[in-house]
Amino acid sequence: MKRQWRRFTGSYLWYSFKRDKVAMVSFATFLILFVCAFLAPWISPYNPYDPANIDILAAETPPMWMDGGTQEYIMGTDAQGRDLLSTMIYGMRISITIGVFAVLLQAFLGIVIGLISGYFGGKLDSFFMRMADVQLSFSYLMVAIFISAVLQAAIGVGRFGEIAVPFLIIVIGLAQWPQYARTVRASVLAEKKKEYVEAARVAGFNSQRIMWRHILPNCMSPILVLSTIQVANAVMSEAALSFLGLGMPVTRPSLGSLINSGFEYIFSGSWWITAFPGILLVVLVLAVNLLGDFLRDALNPKLYKG
Amino acid sequence: MAALLEVKDLVVNFALRGGELTALNGISFSLNQGERLGLVGESGAGKSVAGFSIINLISKPGYIAGGRVLFQGREISVLPFAQLRGIRGNLITMVFQDPMMTLNPVLTVGTQMIETLQAHQRISDRDAADIAVDKLRQVHIPSPERRLEQYPHEFSGGMRQRIIIAIALLNNPQLIIADEPTTALDVTIQAEIMDLFVELCNQQEMGLILITHDLAVVYETTEKIAVMYAGQIVEQGPTEEVVSSPMHPYTQGLIAALPQGDQRGTRLNQIPGTMPTLTSIPAGCSFHPRCSQAREICSRQTPALKPGQARERLVACHMLHQ
Repeated sequence: MKRQWRRFTGSYLWYSFKRDKVAMVSFATFLILFVCAFLAPWISPYNPYDPANIDILAAETPPMWMDGGTQEYIMGTDAQGRDLLSTMIYGMRISITIGVFAVLLQAFLGIVIGLISGYFGGKLDSFFMRMADVQLSFSYLMVAIFISAVLQAAIGVGRFGEIAVPFLIIVIGLAQWPQYARTVRASVLAEKKKEYVEAARVAGFNSQRIMWRHILPNCMSPILVLSTIQVANAVMSEAALSFLGLGMPVTRPSLGSLINSGFEYIFSGSWWITAFPGILLVVLVLAVNLLGDFLRDALNPKLYKG
Repeated sequence: MAALLEVKDLVVNFALRGGELTALNGISFSLNQGERLGLVGESGAGKSVAGFSIINLISKPGYIAGGRVLFQGREISVLPFAQLRGIRGNLITMVFQDPMMTLNPVLTVGTQMIETLQAHQRISDRDAADIAVDKLRQVHIPSPERRLEQYPHEFSGGMRQRIIIAIALLNNPQLIIADEPTTALDVTIQAEIMDLFVELCNQQEMGLILITHDLAVVYETTEKIAVMYAGQIVEQGPTEEVVSSPMHPYTQGLIAALPQGDQRGTRLNQIPGTMPTLTSIPAGCSFHPRCSQAREICSRQTPALKPGQARERLVACHMLHQ
């Protein structure tokens, strides 16, 4: 453990991280948001899921520094009279959860398929890559609209809210796996020509072992970089779907559905219901993206400045 | 002594779009237990293909088109894949040219060694690590226990080649195929590595096939030599004799091309021309366009590999069999 820590602090990644202010700031931002999101029940002033906190009389209270604002609601309330800050923190938790799990699903599918098609090649490769092309030619919005329409018809709009989280994870996960598959396949094609793979074959290892233990770890840096970008993308996709009313219901809003619910009130002057979740979404996605950029630069041997 | 490895009339073809290419055209040789054989030739002569075909690991589109490879009496080219895997890395191992590339950069040396052991034996991590330390010590790596936890990039080129040799030794193989093991290393380390090979072969009665273009290395290390040219063996015999009195014009040319002490200040000898590519191998003796002694018959008829003066010497040249 101590050894590994020392190895990490001696690494080039850590060295370049310490010298990159943007990376440090975005990492700090991401960390704060992440911690806030997962400590939501302890941090946020109110529980937005508790029906007792819905108070129509207090609806559309402006933020505390504006006329009519109260100390009670720092960032004002939404159309249901829930504290906006609490709702945002809970919403961010949902957004991040969906983002991370959707990326895990994508990564799982993409890595398995990419490894297999890159390593074995031939007909299997053509089959999977054509499948990826087909998948990419469907807009994920179209797929989501289609599936959610079928689901809502099948189990009812009310119960749809209960399965909204896994639904979003699966839709976003399925829509984006070709990104992973292509990246992994490309690195596998480059790696499998190297002599250590030949040596592994000579040593009598089976294909499974060569694929998973020898080639995959050597493809990790592009996968890592892609993952950060994909988390940001997945959070945005989730927001987009929820904004269109295909995602999280208003009772358990994510950032996207919050933006959507506030949208109806934006011209009546209640801009904060849309603006604050919007800003939070931008900051979250930006922090993740900047981290991804940093990782890409730090892990790319061609840009090695050390 | 029973033959450890027997290669008989081995033909390896590459199925390309333009048709079949013959990379190995009927080569035969044999190796006894604990014997060391050098395969020499220019680049593209088919040395490495010969090495890979022994463990039936020729990369596509190459395949064994004819002939037999018998290892301890078992025919390698017809063995099912599972049994073949039991031989690879276990009874026959290979050492490659570039030690910088042959180790997996993201796994520690220890992991790679333990893994190689566990691929062929049921053995606990701790026992495997003990064997690994033992083998590292055998190839003269100082403080092997500490070295096990290091990654390949923490070693120098010579050290890495030692580690690769240690990995090759892990399962106590009967035969090591070394494909230009010292080409990427500098001369002093080259000598050390070759001495190590000889030492290990003597200790463990291990066969060695040394694939190289360096006659000097072969001369110092091996007992038998096979000179290859354009996918064929043109001369074969005990190393001492072949090097001191080469019979085939190609071997003569190779040896004359070595720097010699008494020629100080003059140009080195060379064989005119280059080796034909596999697509354009000349008819008859494939060496005749470059041969100074070529006669009319050489361009018509392919010479067979026949015994020379001594029984163990085999030469493929018309001039010697008239």
